[in-house]
Amino acid sequence: MTRLASLLALCLLFASPVLAFDTEAEFDDPVLNERYRSLIREIRCPKCLNESIAESHAPVAADLRREVRRLIGEGASDDEVKTFLSSRYGEFVLYRPPVSPATWALWGGPFVFLGVGGFVFWRILKTRRDQPIDEDFPA
Amino acid sequence: MIPEFGQLALALALCLALVQSTMPLMGAALGRADWMALARPAAAGQFVFVAVAFAALEYALLTDDFSVSFVANHSNSALPVFYKATAAWGGHEGSMLLWIAVLAVWTLAVAAGSRSQPQEFASRVLGVLGIVSAGMIAFAFFTSNPFDRLVPTPLDGNDLNPLLQDPGMIIHPPTLYVGYVGTAVPFAFAVAALLAGRLDKDWARWARQWTAVAWIFLTCGITLGSWWAYYELGWGGWWFWDPVENSSFMPWLMTTALLHSLAVTERRGIFKNWTVLLAIAAFSLSLLGTFLTRSGVMISVHAFASDPTRGLFILGLLALFTGGALLLYALQAGKLEAEGGFKTMSRETFLLANNVLLVIATGFVLFGTLYPLFVDALGLGKYSVGPPYFNLVFLLPVLPLVALIGVGMHTAWRMMPGSVLVQRLRWLAVAALALGVAIPIVIFGAVSVLTLLAVTIALWVCASALLDPVRRLLYRTGAPLTRGQVGMCLAHFGVGVFMLGATVASAYNFERDLAARPGDRFEAGGYEFVFRGVRQVEGPNFVADEGEFEFFDDGASLGILRPQIRVYRVQQSPMTEAAIDTNVLRDVFLALGESLGADAWSVRVQVKPLIGFLWLGSSLMALGGLVAVTDRRYRVAARERQREPAREQTATGAV
Amino acid sequence: MLRYVVPLAIFAVIGLFFLRGLWLNPSYVPSPLVGKPVPTFSLPDVEDTSATVSSADLLGRVALVNVWGTWCVECRHEHGFLVELARAGVPIFGLNVRDDRVAAGKWLARLGDPYVSSGFDPEGKVAIDWGVTGAPETFLIGSDGTILHKHISPLTPFVWQRDFVPLLREHCGPSDCAFLAAVGAR
Repeated sequence: MTRLASLLALCLLFASPVLAFDTEAEFDDPVLNERYRSLIREIRCPKCLNESIAESHAPVAADLRREVRRLIGEGASDDEVKTFLSSRYGEFVLYRPPVSPATWALWGGPFVFLGVGGFVFWRILKTRRDQPIDEDFPA
Repeated sequence: MIPEFGQLALALALCLALVQSTMPLMGAALGRADWMALARPAAAGQFVFVAVAFAALEYALLTDDFSVSFVANHSNSALPVFYKATAAWGGHEGSMLLWIAVLAVWTLAVAAGSRSQPQEFASRVLGVLGIVSAGMIAFAFFTSNPFDRLVPTPLDGNDLNPLLQDPGMIIHPPTLYVGYVGTAVPFAFAVAALLAGRLDKDWARWARQWTAVAWIFLTCGITLGSWWAYYELGWGGWWFWDPVENSSFMPWLMTTALLHSLAVTERRGIFKNWTVLLAIAAFSLSLLGTFLTRSGVMISVHAFASDPTRGLFILGLLALFTGGALLLYALQAGKLEAEGGFKTMSRETFLLANNVLLVIATGFVLFGTLYPLFVDALGLGKYSVGPPYFNLVFLLPVLPLVALIGVGMHTAWRMMPGSVLVQRLRWLAVAALALGVAIPIVIFGAVSVLTLLAVTIALWVCASALLDPVRRLLYRTGAPLTRGQVGMCLAHFGVGVFMLGATVASAYNFERDLAARPGDRFEAGGYEFVFRGVRQVEGPNFVADEGEFEFFDDGASLGILRPQIRVYRVQQSPMTEAAIDTNVLRDVFLALGESLGADAWSVRVQVKPLIGFLWLGSSLMALGGLVAVTDRRYRVAARERQREPAREQTATGAV
Repeated sequence: MLRYVVPLAIFAVIGLFFLRGLWLNPSYVPSPLVGKPVPTFSLPDVEDTSATVSSADLLGRVALVNVWGTWCVECRHEHGFLVELARAGVPIFGLNVRDDRVAAGKWLARLGDPYVSSGFDPEGKVAIDWGVTGAPETFLIGSDGTILHKHISPLTPFVWQRDFVPLLREHCGPSDCAFLAAVGAR
């Protein structure tokens, strides 16, 4: 069963006959262009095996790119675009998860690691400073 | 018939692996030389049978034996011979057999090299490797057998995934596996040391050699994967922080840390616990990669067919190997501790910082990769953690680390007067800062502080790495550099080059999508392009639409680019083959999209400055490793050991 | 010393998560629209160009909304069952996504038309409002217009019994869902 499922998944991945790059006119404003390009890199294609809508060839990715383009053109901010998409597809589609109780650990974790690491470094240094420095390979 | 021989060979290999794992370890514990002596022959025998099994699989592939399920799933009669052979690692079962085969080769090498080691120690190392082999062969044999038959036999196979029908993709898995699997060797050394309750200078020297070789292959394997993704996948990216990419990167980070920690252990006899833990971590993370790719726990483009049963088995192996080793560590680590001081300003401090920062970086990657699993398991919802998170967070430990490399290289052991350091390096630092800020601004215009910082640090490391070699070359002062030192300078120079490439290619990537008709001229990234049209071409097992673009710089023609869209006959899936023009300073990257009707095609053009530095930098790192591993002191020591192995054996036998 | 146990402890915790993870499905993403009112939309009918299908049509009684397209191979697998449900009286509305009108009409003529009406959404704009990622997908809508459930992949009798029927029993009014007598209990 699982073999069939994965074979099917593989077929679905490649089934799209379309290798769609956007061909609509880009924004005249380079700032908007830049925002668009970086935004589509942050949105996950909801149907793919871990690709952003920027790279994915899936039809739904092309549709979502079109929506992002439309929203930016209408003046939406980056956060508004992300909220638009996450309210329809879930926070799953955001590669940069928003800070919320479920993601406090994700965004706070690095600081904890750095703190622990710094502490460990300092402790070891302190211990070694006080030890005799002349020997190599004490028995 | 032959596939059945393959199964039989695999079963025999399992038996020998079991012998190799039990007898030598018991022999070492009980002091029985005859049991310990079984290690090398068992390893050799296991190698022979694994080789036979692998040959049997290749035979089935090359003779189009579609009655074997694996061959039917991953090959096809129209597949070019070269890819038929490499289809052996085109799917889960075959790639497990490759894993096992690579481990058998490593084990054989370690067995051969162990002649000069004390028998008790060598038996323990080979014994642990035997346990790993036995576990993996059992996994393959019972849950992922490549020799399973398929009845009724299909007339032809499903064809190898078109993504894998590419020379780059074919070298990448074996090279990566040699590195991945190679982490089992320092792991075995570490466990052997824990079992014995001690770890000496020779241990450190041997461990360092083996670790270096594994590291070189890991570096090459990851680089190949990244380079392949870049030129093959059509969107111009080279790293996506995909769970499977991360699980090849984390062992690399830990092996790098291990290499550096071993330097301290070999020289001063301290940091033993660090070294042992790093060795265990490197191998565990490598096994974790196997788990993540094959259990279905994470979504990834790289994942093989997923199966909770297989996942459970591998988790069991992880519990046995990692859990067992860490349990041993908890019990024995106290015996390994040793005194040895150093001042705040010393090489040891920098290497300690190196260890800590690399562990932190690895921790970040692991945490981000597993976070979706953590929140899902706790019922908190489905989240994705992707490049925006990793790119941001990874720089936190890595930028300081790379900056420190530039300083640490010039420090002395035990204590280093800060004033000497400053005096030696200050002008270099100033120059790096000046160039690092000026060059990006002058060449590219608007910049971000982060980019300037990264470029400055990259230039700093490059200059610092070259300082000693250049100085010796120019002034002919001091003793000639040893290979170890040259290797170090080369590798660290490579780090700087890599970082330069990564920063500039990411920050100044130019990208444009457009629709083009034959005859259209368009401008992109400072170059002019003329689209001449699309025609059909045929390959051995595919049909392609090939576009022809000529591009110019200021009117001068720089060549013709021919991107393709291939449709492989069997799987009917379209594949992009981007056309890339490469030189040292930039890549021009052109990919064909879809036909828009009326002769128009969608096209993606990218100009990527300094992207070549990524591969150049990584290659320099690997080269540096190669130079260092052939250092005279290893070769001299090897010759000396060969002359008097017997004396060493009896001496340590008494300990 | 206690600190030597730390690596083992960390590994044990991670290992437990892995164990749990083996039984989770990372690709299954529940829809955030469940429990929310149907997105407002108005689309032309696929076959009858003068008629429209809108969110107002979905109020008043329990209904299904099924996403389909002639390009969707999997949709054929569920089509027979949908026709069966429709015959039993289940109101099914279609959302025809990224398709060609003529082809869609022919498809329905050939394979049967289980839909009360099908909205024509050639660019998938309305589909995005519904959080649709592909076809086939089927939504269960309550009589007050709340989305009760979303199912991705073909709708089979097994899925119907397991997921849809319990929700129907819960949300149908006393005179609603006469079809449950025919396709409810098996």
